[in-house]
Amino acid sequence: MTEKKETPILKPLRDVGIVGYGAYIPRYRLPAREVARVWKSGTGGLSIEEKAVAGLDEDVITMSIEAARNALARASIDPTEIRAVWVGSESHPYAVKPTSTVVAESIGATPHTQAADWEFACKAGTEAMQAAIGFVGSDMADYAMAIGMDTAQGRPGDPLEYTAGAGGAAFLLGPAEMSLATIEGSYSYATDTPDFFRRAEEKYPVHGERFTGEPAYFKHITSAAQALMEALNCSPSDFQHVIFHQPNTKFPKRVAKQLGFTMDQIETGLLVPKIGNVYAGSSLVGLTAVLDVAEPEERILLVSYGSGAGSDAMSLRTKALLPERRGLAPRTHDYISRRTEIDYATYARYHGKIAMK
Amino acid sequence: MEISRHWRLKRQRYALIGEVCPHCKKKIFPPRDICPECSEDARTLYQFSGRGEVYSYTTVFQAPAGYEEHAPYTVALVKLEEGPMLTAQLTDLGDEPVEVGMPVEMVTRKLRSDGEKGMLVYSYKFRPRFKEAVR
Ligand SMILES: [Zn+2]
Repeated sequence: MTEKKETPILKPLRDVGIVGYGAYIPRYRLPAREVARVWKSGTGGLSIEEKAVAGLDEDVITMSIEAARNALARASIDPTEIRAVWVGSESHPYAVKPTSTVVAESIGATPHTQAADWEFACKAGTEAMQAAIGFVGSDMADYAMAIGMDTAQGRPGDPLEYTAGAGGAAFLLGPAEMSLATIEGSYSYATDTPDFFRRAEEKYPVHGERFTGEPAYFKHITSAAQALMEALNCSPSDFQHVIFHQPNTKFPKRVAKQLGFTMDQIETGLLVPKIGNVYAGSSLVGLTAVLDVAEPEERILLVSYGSGAGSDAMSLRTKALLPERRGLAPRTHDYISRRTEIDYATYARYHGKIAMK
Repeated sequence: MEISRHWRLKRQRYALIGEVCPHCKKKIFPPRDICPECSEDARTLYQFSGRGEVYSYTTVFQAPAGYEEHAPYTVALVKLEEGPMLTAQLTDLGDEPVEVGMPVEMVTRKLRSDGEKGMLVYSYKFRPRFKEAVR
């Protein structure tokens, strides 16, 4: 037996940062009270106000394109320098045919680039980001685009239907010296935990009821966050902002409290009451809202969660370039306030829940 | 429409890439390799800004095959700020009325699918100008 090793924090050879970021949230909103009106005659607890819903001509491809263009505008680099376009989602439009090649083509990154789709429930986006940190950090590439985007679906009448929303964010990773925020370190924690799944041919997922809480969401997020903070020798009070995966309003608030963070620290990045749970985009779009307002030299902790199950934790430090660049693309709250309310019938039509022909 | 045609058109459709005439500097969309102004060879690629305004518009209620699920929708003649005029669907209209002269911007959206099992076709559409990014 060897001695217990230190926490295996992920640290690349060269320092890496976010050189550009961009959000996308579609225009349409389905209020939770509207779902309740249809299924529960207006009764029952509502965990969010409303969720963002994709339009008829939107999907993970089109939404990723807009977020990537926003990230590119803020980075102000030539897209032919991008060596990877990676899209994490559980709602890729094709079963076979990558989302990422269409996105790469649309932003002008082809053909000298990697392109791949990532899957790991709600942490597919941060997983792509971890890989992009490694790709840039090893000097294999100067720039890599990592995207987390979803148009999540719940079975009609299922509790998920109140919260499963649409949106996400794109991050262009690059050399730390050009970045708007540097990555101080990251850590990943994964186990085989069957809390939520969807078989290949099924349209809607199955969730493990109460099993989704303690051994899944809370266990993985607290383990990842604590390991990273320990390795970086810091504590919750060292961070100005913290963003957790947000499947509802309750879970991120509770996990924040468990770890010793205050409500002030999670407030800026907590978007779930206004846009719903955007799955692979959930914690990442929260991070864009924080980057929209953070001052230079602030520290941010991001912890994702994906069912199945795992968490990626990242510590970031904002840089002087951030305030100069963020105005080059629409801010996350611009998307949130661009809002058109729809009723359940319109929602059902947008999502093919009514059979037509 | 065959797959090969979708493939050939992808750059102009996804990203509004046209041409600029190296002789008289005219911006050309869609690309046609010959300048409509001076008839010289024009093959230099040009990335349009995507900004323009509605020149005229109409609403389509009886959609052609492949577009039925989107009907009714608005089709507009959009005059790009670089000069060319093109026909495109308007999207994300919300409750805003469409008006001639309305500032719009390009977005890449799903245009249609070649049936249930066919390819998804993505292309440019235009939406009300979102917000001028502040420089
Ligand atoms: Zn000419």
